[in-house]
Amino acid sequence: MTETDRQRALNTAELIDETAAAAPVTSELPPEDPVQSGAPPRSQWRDIWRQFRSHRGAMIALILFVSILLFVSVGPLIWTVDPTYVDIRARNSGFTPAHPFGTDQLGRDILARLMAGGRVSIAVGLTAMLIAIFLGSLIGVLSGYFRRLDAPLMRLTELFLALPLLPLLLLMVTLFREPLSQSFGPAMGIFILIVSAIGATSWMQSARIVRGDVLGLKEREFILAAKSIGTPPTRMILRHVLPNVLSPIMVAATLGIATAIITESALSFLGLGFPPDFPTWGRLLFDAVDQMVLYPSRVILPGIFISMTVLCVNYIGDGLRDAMDPRIRGR
Amino acid sequence: MLTFTIRRLLLAIPTLIFISLVIFLLLEASPGDPLGDVPLTVPPEVKEKMREALGLGQAWYIRYVLWLKQFFWVEPLYWFDQAFGTGFSDGMQRIISFQSRSPVFDVIAQRVPQTLIVVGMSYLVGVMIAIPIGILSAYKQYSWFDQLGTFVSMIGFSMPTFFTGVVLIIIFGVKLQWFPSVYDTTLEVRDWDSFLAQVRQMVMPVAVLALYNAAQISRFMRASMLDNLGQDYVRTARAKGLGERTVVLKHVLRNSLIPVVTVIALGLPTVFGGAIITEQVFKVNGLGQLLISAIHANDIPMVLTLTFIFAILIVTFTLIADILYGVLDPRIRYD
Repeated sequence: MTETDRQRALNTAELIDETAAAAPVTSELPPEDPVQSGAPPRSQWRDIWRQFRSHRGAMIALILFVSILLFVSVGPLIWTVDPTYVDIRARNSGFTPAHPFGTDQLGRDILARLMAGGRVSIAVGLTAMLIAIFLGSLIGVLSGYFRRLDAPLMRLTELFLALPLLPLLLLMVTLFREPLSQSFGPAMGIFILIVSAIGATSWMQSARIVRGDVLGLKEREFILAAKSIGTPPTRMILRHVLPNVLSPIMVAATLGIATAIITESALSFLGLGFPPDFPTWGRLLFDAVDQMVLYPSRVILPGIFISMTVLCVNYIGDGLRDAMDPRIRGR
Repeated sequence: MLTFTIRRLLLAIPTLIFISLVIFLLLEASPGDPLGDVPLTVPPEVKEKMREALGLGQAWYIRYVLWLKQFFWVEPLYWFDQAFGTGFSDGMQRIISFQSRSPVFDVIAQRVPQTLIVVGMSYLVGVMIAIPIGILSAYKQYSWFDQLGTFVSMIGFSMPTFFTGVVLIIIFGVKLQWFPSVYDTTLEVRDWDSFLAQVRQMVMPVAVLALYNAAQISRFMRASMLDNLGQDYVRTARAKGLGERTVVLKHVLRNSLIPVVTVIALGLPTVFGGAIITEQVFKVNGLGQLLISAIHANDIPMVLTLTFIFAILIVTFTLIADILYGVLDPRIRYD
């Protein structure tokens, strides 16, 4: 008896009964993930983390970077010596229990100064990176998404790429140091100046990367689908485009921290950075260069901190890039 | 290709003019006063006269156009006159430095050789080191050599040049006393001894910059070699029975060099920028040192001209890189 015959044989009431009844409930739902049933659910971030952990260099770098962060943030709570306290009788002391890394020519404790300096250096790196990434992704997304903005914004990017950055940074810092320190105080004024100068001159690479990715994304079906149900451009960018270009942005952000720290210390090294009583790693190195023959450790310690931080950040960026590349991640 | 080149050349002109305008306006907006060091006892009228004499009396756009004219018209004419003994530039005002009251380009011409020797040498050495390292570490991917190369190049571009420079000075200049820690620019190479002295004083600055450049270029070289080693034509070449040497050093190397050459061209102007720091460390009185002292002294014409020369270098080398890419790789079409 075929299905049609069977249905014909049923009377109307029975037919209604049969079709209106709830679907037969099986005791067990089919596994959501037929291949890996039983394993914890997989998410993109967990995958990235797993891949990241397998990159040995990046893991070591992450641990080191976190310890440097702890050193500059928690360290001053444990080692409570004031980095600006001048103890002229204890000047130029070597490595003693009272001053584990010695003191400088004015008797200020080097360990405390390294902590305070690192805090400023890393704060400059992070803030400048945030500004650069914000500008870069804004310009990248706008020029990738809106065709009308593409040409002018890319011309602008090329113009910025052609600027001689280090000379311009030197110029900006020397020229606007005075007015800004008058209105925001010496330390804060220079901080704002350096951070915005570095941020405003290092967004170009990330803008280019983001634009390229957005251009590729725009051709995908899910964007078309979102567009066809009438998603307005703002939500489109925030919900659909930005999350998908997050990985190149994150890699660019990590590498951006490294460049910002190096640039800041280079400015300080040229004597155009923070004021002398406001230590940063670059400034400490610069101050110690005059006496490097007698006290080489004072030059080498801040230099090692700068290099270590930058090396760690670069390795983390490398690991992130590998972890976020879906072509490698499967392996 | 030719139309592309011409179009890019034409596009470079507005770019350069815009950059010069940006630098000029930046200097204009600065609160610094070139007459700031003049004593307060000087009466205001005299100060005004001095200001006029420095050419600061007019509106900024007039001064800007004047500077453009001096840079692009008077200076080339002057050098033409110098070369051929003609008198086209007679009576024309050249760009004058506030600091030394002498023509800016004369000062720059004195400083260029030092920078060119140190920077050029270091870039050359960097490239010569980087290419073999890149080839070898790509060919033996994940071998101990590759791991070591990756680590060293990571360190190479993580250590700022002012730190490597200072460390080298401490080790080789102070402790071992092998090399002088200060670059002596008055040294003239006349005989073998002075030549040796010149080499000895160049070793450290060149090494610092070369390490930094080699670190970056070797990474590019490695990546580019890896891209090419997996290509089908490599398998074909091996299947034909070509020796491993020919396959790697002829077929793969030539193709991998295409992007690397453009990277080398693109990196050259940034090296001049980076040399600012190295020159400061080793006290080389080159262009970078000139720029910094001019910035400190509020010497606007000098700063403007020098920064603009850096910008010209960047634009030119970007152009060269683009054109080279098209010439070396016929698959690239600029239409």
